[in-house]
Amino acid sequence: MREKIVPISTPAKGAVGKTGFWRTFKPIIDREKCIKCLLCWLYCPEGAILRTDDDITIDYDYCKGCGICANECPRKAIEIVLER
Amino acid sequence: MTITIKSLSREEYLLPGNASCPGCPASLGLRLLGKALGKNMILVVPASCTSIIQGPYPKTSIKLPLINVIFASSAATASGIAAALEILGKKGVHVVCWSGDGGTVDIGLQALSGAAERGDNILYICYDNEAYMNTGIQRSGSTPYGAWTTTTVLGKRRHKKNLPMMMVVHDVPYVATASIGYPLDFIEKIRKAARYKGFKYIHLLAPCPVGWRFPPSKTIEIGRLAVLTGMWPLYEVERGKFRLTGVSRSLLDKSKRSPIVEYIKIQGRFSHISEEEIRILEEYVDKLWEDIRKIIS
Ligand SMILES: Cc1ncc(C[n+]2csc(CCOP(=O)(O)OP(=O)(O)O)c2C)c(N)n1
Ligand code: SF4
Ligand code: SF4
Ligand SMILES: [Mg+2]
Repeated sequence: MREKIVPISTPAKGAVGKTGFWRTFKPIIDREKCIKCLLCWLYCPEGAILRTDDDITIDYDYCKGCGICANECPRKAIEIVLER
Repeated sequence: MTITIKSLSREEYLLPGNASCPGCPASLGLRLLGKALGKNMILVVPASCTSIIQGPYPKTSIKLPLINVIFASSAATASGIAAALEILGKKGVHVVCWSGDGGTVDIGLQALSGAAERGDNILYICYDNEAYMNTGIQRSGSTPYGAWTTTTVLGKRRHKKNLPMMMVVHDVPYVATASIGYPLDFIEKIRKAARYKGFKYIHLLAPCPVGWRFPPSKTIEIGRLAVLTGMWPLYEVERGKFRLTGVSRSLLDKSKRSPIVEYIKIQGRFSHISEEEIRILEEYVDKLWEDIRKIIS
């Protein structure tokens, strides 16, 4: 029997794996300072900031540690630390 | 109508765990495109960083129907898909070309111009990272004067090709510029473009940390500085009517523009630049705005 190969990819999270492993730096949200403006959610190139109606958490499985969220936070509520 | 962050859907059409570099403007652009139009979209993507970001077979990070095409054929392929949708009577599906600057201002230009002249019902978005990034930072027609690339080691000697203006003279219903530094403006322009039947063009400035030599945390900041220094004017041309948008509205007055060195000094690709070359870039920016003044008056 001949196998049929169709060159169509299917959408999947982690198409190249858990990119959180790439991280050199890690963003950490300070809950006291965060005003829930959602700007970090808007700017994250990865979609690695998860959002409920008015709160955010970082998905460390996929966050690449670019630091955009920390750079853009108007309250400086995201700290960048060395990943370990 | 201004769009608020809270009004944007939580649905992601670019899934995490993709192959983009940290701080990539192309992946943010794709995410925003998904937020702007949702699922009723067919993407046409030529060879570029995006074809890598998509991910390797049999998985893909893009949750939309997408076809990969050779460089020179993107707009023509999109035209064909739009014609097929029309014949099938399928309404409300947007056909979007998502191409890099190399694929747009150089290699795909003929097909792009043809589709615009025919008035085919597609939205063409060029994400402009100002070089052929995916193959290792070679200069394109969109690389600015003075910038280092691996094929302009002493800095490029020609100015950036003004593609959005070239699309304006095609007399299509909608042309706009955008910057990744202003995501809501970009989303608004995509939605506006999508309301028109016919050919629409959006040129998105996409500062690339790898090719422009800056830390990945600065992508948005540099996208903003490009606009604030006047290097990249934000505007839209709706049915031939030109309008500056966002912060660019106040920048016709030169004194309101930030000095271009603020934009240049944080990018390694300009690290070798001389005073004379900065002056040439300043003259270029002044001319850009003089031309805009002529259009407006
Ligand atoms: C006809 C052809 N020539 C060259 C290539 C190699 N190539 C693949 S991606 C790429 C760079 C494209 O640059 P651009 O359109 O600016 O997109 P970017 O990679 O910067 O996102 C090149 C030259 C190719 N795939 N096909
Ligand atoms: S560091 Fe970058 S990838 Fe990680 S959450 Fe912040 S913006 Fe997203
Ligand atoms: S080279 Fe630049 S545009 Fe290409 S994936 Fe990396 S950051 Fe994105
Ligand atoms: Mg490019």
